[in-house]
Amino acid sequence: MLKDITIGQYFPGSSLIHRLDPRFKIVMTVIYILMLFTGSRLSCLIVGAVYTVMAVLLSKIPMKMFMKSVKPLMPFLLITALINLFLVGTGATVYKWRFINITEDGINISIFMVIRIVLLIMGSSLLTYTTSPITLTDAIERLLTPLKKLKFPVHELAMMMSIALRFIPTLIEETEKIMSAQKARGAEIDTGSFMTRAKNMAAILVPLFISSFRRADELATAMECRCYHGGEGRTRLRQLRSSPRDYTALAVTIVFYAAAIVIAHI
Amino acid sequence: MAILETQGLTYTYSQGTPFEKTAVDHVDLKIEEGEMVGVMGHTGSGKSTLIQHFNGLLRPTSGKVLLDGRDIWEDKAKIREVRFQVGLVFQYPEYQIFEETVYKDIAFGPKNMGLDDAEIKRRVLATAHDIGLKEELLDRSPFELSGGQKRRVAIAGVMAMEPKVLILDEPTAGLDPAGRDKILSHIKAYHERTKNTTLIVSHSMEDIAGFADKILVMNKAKLFCYDDTEKVFGRAEEISAIGLDVPQVTKVFLELKKRGLDFGKEVYTVGYARDLLIKQLKEREGQ
Repeated sequence: MLKDITIGQYFPGSSLIHRLDPRFKIVMTVIYILMLFTGSRLSCLIVGAVYTVMAVLLSKIPMKMFMKSVKPLMPFLLITALINLFLVGTGATVYKWRFINITEDGINISIFMVIRIVLLIMGSSLLTYTTSPITLTDAIERLLTPLKKLKFPVHELAMMMSIALRFIPTLIEETEKIMSAQKARGAEIDTGSFMTRAKNMAAILVPLFISSFRRADELATAMECRCYHGGEGRTRLRQLRSSPRDYTALAVTIVFYAAAIVIAHI
Repeated sequence: MAILETQGLTYTYSQGTPFEKTAVDHVDLKIEEGEMVGVMGHTGSGKSTLIQHFNGLLRPTSGKVLLDGRDIWEDKAKIREVRFQVGLVFQYPEYQIFEETVYKDIAFGPKNMGLDDAEIKRRVLATAHDIGLKEELLDRSPFELSGGQKRRVAIAGVMAMEPKVLILDEPTAGLDPAGRDKILSHIKAYHERTKNTTLIVSHSMEDIAGFADKILVMNKAKLFCYDDTEKVFGRAEEISAIGLDVPQVTKVFLELKKRGLDFGKEVYTVGYARDLLIKQLKEREGQ
């Protein structure tokens, strides 16, 4: 069941989107998010939707994968939709029963919110699906370089991010192993009442924490043995280089953003 | 009747995806009650996947696992009962320890079985004794113990459930020779006292050859052979061919056979080899 988690997963490939400079991809994702938050009418989202579909098709990643990333957030989507449906009181009433008052505006806003969130998830999934965690943190480090002047620990932050990302699969594997071992001792994890399950969580969390600390300790020692001393004077194996392709993609994104602004103000 | 039996047991990982892999392929075997079985196989031969079927941690893709002649998946709700009857000790089991005291950790399994406190106490003390943990250790935190002691606490945690079948996955991995011998001899003593069925997974032939009645060899997801220890080592050359190591002493005797000194028997323990050689030398002296 833990293996179904797709957030932060990377699907290697060689599509146009995969080959874009990760720094540009991050900037474009930021513009994309701004685009989705321009205007508050359904028509405003059409630009964002077209852009998303285009990018997804170019990435050559099956639509199924995007559905999988939306799935865990379904309850959240449902709650958002229901809250908007029942609490928006403006506009013509469509249905009324006692205190429930569903209006046209309510319906429109809940549809709008759901689509906006789905697009947000799809767009950000596209970034992680097409960019390996290592390149992603590299790019973040480069983008944040100006902050170094303000004594902000950019390199350390990026290093912590790469380590955290690197250990997600390891932790998942470890959790599954410990779960199996405790199940073999009769612990009820998938079954049983809520209270017994909560109690048995300790049987999983305690060993997991202990092994995480041990791992962190070992990693720190290994890094010190190889004379790691932070980012100063360090050169990189993979140099990030931008190409005309990246500038074109950025230009297209900006045009889409401009279109969204225009539509919002008509 | 066989205590543990598999019929056409097959397990496929990630079925229906590009990562699909059959880890266990049509395995049929019968393990009789009271046997001490050594399980051998290469990394990735499917032995770990196979043993996780015996206590219902994995559900077969196809085929059956029978415990005392009954399909363990017949009633899904009763799968926990199966886990109490077939105890499984994972590799590096000390990483599953979580309680504040050694006593509490060993008692975790019996407590899940719903036993009363007196019975739990009896079992914890008995297994601690069997595995060679001194009573004064029981009130200590398991995290203060040495690696070998932790390992024994974890094994005791499964033994305390008094399963009919005890399965240990590489119980000696990562231990020094002294710790290894200690754990193996305790497991053997426990087996002799309780007359339970024990399965030990191991890479080391020397470990297994010493005391297993039977040996099960897995190779590339299939059952390569399951037979008496003597007969299995009689196929020493075949076993070497699939990349597994036979005991050193067996190799020596194979070489002797090639050079014309045939004892007509398979030799796989040092003690037995010594006796054979002494006998042979005495006969020569007599001539």
